Amino acid sequence: MSVPATAQKRGPMWNRLRLRERIRDRDTAIFGILFITAVVWPMATIYATDSTFLIAQAGHAGTYVLLAIGLNVVVGFAGLLDLGYAAFFAIGAYTYALFASNQLASSPLHHEFHMPFWLMLFVGMVVAAVCGAILGFPTLRLRGDYLAIVTLGFGEIVPQLFYNFDQWTGGINAIGNIDQPSLPYWITGPWAEAGITTIKLVPNFSFAYDPVAFYVLIVILVILAVILVRNLHSSRLGRAWMAIREDEVAAAAMGINTVTTKLLAFAIGASFSGFAGAYYGASFGIVSPDSFLFTVSITVLVMIVLGGMGNITGVIVGALAIYFVLNNLLPALPAQVESLADSVGLGSLNVQNGDWPGLAGETQRIAFLLYGLILVVMMLLRPQGLVPSRVREQELKHDAVLEEETAVEQAHA
Amino acid sequence: MRTARLGGLGVADLGFYILCAIAVVLLAIQAISSPADFLQILVFGLADGAIYALIALGYTMVYGIIELINFAHGDVFTLGAYVATTLIGFFAVSEDAFTTLNLVVLLLVFPAVMLIMGGINVTIERIAYRPLRNAPRLAPLITAIGMSFVLEGFMFLWHGPATVHVPNLLPHGPGFEGYLGFDCAVNSNNCVFIGFKDVFVLVAAAILVTLLALFINRSKLGKAMRATAQDRDASQLMGININRTIAATFFIGALLAGAGGMIWGLYFNTVSYNLGFRTGLIAFTSAVFGGIGNIPGAALGGMVIGLVAAFSDGYIGSKWTQVVIFGILIGVLVFRPTGLLGMRVPEK
Repeated sequence: MSVPATAQKRGPMWNRLRLRERIRDRDTAIFGILFITAVVWPMATIYATDSTFLIAQAGHAGTYVLLAIGLNVVVGFAGLLDLGYAAFFAIGAYTYALFASNQLASSPLHHEFHMPFWLMLFVGMVVAAVCGAILGFPTLRLRGDYLAIVTLGFGEIVPQLFYNFDQWTGGINAIGNIDQPSLPYWITGPWAEAGITTIKLVPNFSFAYDPVAFYVLIVILVILAVILVRNLHSSRLGRAWMAIREDEVAAAAMGINTVTTKLLAFAIGASFSGFAGAYYGASFGIVSPDSFLFTVSITVLVMIVLGGMGNITGVIVGALAIYFVLNNLLPALPAQVESLADSVGLGSLNVQNGDWPGLAGETQRIAFLLYGLILVVMMLLRPQGLVPSRVREQELKHDAVLEEETAVEQAHA
Repeated sequence: MRTARLGGLGVADLGFYILCAIAVVLLAIQAISSPADFLQILVFGLADGAIYALIALGYTMVYGIIELINFAHGDVFTLGAYVATTLIGFFAVSEDAFTTLNLVVLLLVFPAVMLIMGGINVTIERIAYRPLRNAPRLAPLITAIGMSFVLEGFMFLWHGPATVHVPNLLPHGPGFEGYLGFDCAVNSNNCVFIGFKDVFVLVAAAILVTLLALFINRSKLGKAMRATAQDRDASQLMGININRTIAATFFIGALLAGAGGMIWGLYFNTVSYNLGFRTGLIAFTSAVFGGIGNIPGAALGGMVIGLVAAFSDGYIGSKWTQVVIFGILIGVLVFRPTGLLGMRVPEK
């Protein structure tokens, strides 16, 4: 790779970073932008809105980013369609909630546990991974979509079990008052709250639903997950996953143990979900079976397909985009439409009148339809996803070129 | 499966048969201890299962031909019930009594609903699935989910979040009442009630499934469908118009779903916009249960799942039904991955 002459003059440090080349690489550039946005987000939003609401929301979006990164390992890398991913999310969240609240005191066990969050983060991860392996072990011999259906069934069963074993899990009443993580030291500064100007060291810090603290935590978790998954992607295991995705028979013929490899994809994917589950339980302080229904699995799947399967950058972009559409764009729409109608002199439409629920009400009703339309149109316009993986893009292009060539040949024949 | 198949019976198959046998024994014990309850649940399960079978056929046909889990299919079913309600609303039918007008309306509305739903489903295929036929495999799955949201959103917009009442056109009853000479007025514990509706659902479903089987097995288009499902490229080489065949599959699937929606409406007299989500999942489970891509399998699977759901509701408790259904699904796929009637086809 030739380094531009101007860059060579600036000394060895500059050469080693090779910023110019990196910026030209689309994925790295997007990573950079996302990273910088993530760093300045708390300060910028506090400065702009004087509240921590947007930070809390970004923290919640981060959960979905984690989920999407994990599901991407299963679906994007190994090509195993998983329609019950929320089950592992639920398992992670309940593992933390049960062992870090007073829930088990009212269960037949009559003893409450208060395990530290930092330990449970990894316990949740391991439990989810083990559940993934247990589910995967008998079913991964199945091919293609049968696996999807088994995971779908699993995803339906798990929340229902959390409902039904209400002696242990509180069932429909959910588990509340979940312990907050704590750290011996924490730093606050202008990014933490409006009006603070000095940087301070806080001893014996408890997260106590502090959106900024949770935001910092999720950003660190996401960065760790990205580094982990990137390394996995280029490891021997990652290449084995992709070989299986492209052609299982050929992969097996090349000496890849397909069952173990697929099992690892399943378990590793599930472990990210368990991770995200523990974080979710802590940040909301309440865990109910309703939060882990089939819709969640579908949403995460939509995020990764729409973002660009198999490409970590794409998956993160997709997760943020869908989260934005679902939690900001659509809920804000009714008010927007109402004020628009007022400003163009159609204010009479805003009033509720008989069957007409008012313009805002009608827009609220239409929101779900719009979400569906957005999905369909996005997929039709970019079937490969917003930011598809480079390799995949090349393959698709190659296919298209081949098809064109055959078409030309046919035309000449 | 790579299970050894010596003497035609593998280990996995054995496990499957043992599970089946256990279920049958447990049910037989219930049947002997309380025959009236058993019969009543059986009737309800059969009626429910017949509707699941109608929906499952659409899933299995579409999956068989383009390997797509058509998530929008359950919502096409629900939309069928909505359209039926609207169409019936145009007539001055008398509810809770069976008049000639009711019969005429039924005979008019039934085909109308089926054709409308067929048209809608073909449109959906044309817009959302056909352009993506050569795209990455998951792209049409996402548009199917999107279309499901669009249909649900449309029904939500149409009638709001509340449940919608479907006019009660059918005579309520009694097709058969009482049990082995017991008088219901004396002891209602021994009473089995089989209404006209139960019979109607079963007969209507049986007619539709028979027509479908005849169509698939005897007609030229049916043959084209089977060929396309087996090998799309080869059938194209044989001069089959692939696009038209796939559109026809969606059309027929939606005919059945529309009929199923109307039958559901007439049977339960109430629908809500998100009914298709859960019903669709269960119907899809039935299709897998019977062996996905297999048409008699889907019909059988629907009936079995309907029965399982009813027995689970009756004997285990309705909060466990979902666990039972999906547990059985996982069990079947583990022990017998091709479903009840699925054939062992080599991987492409």
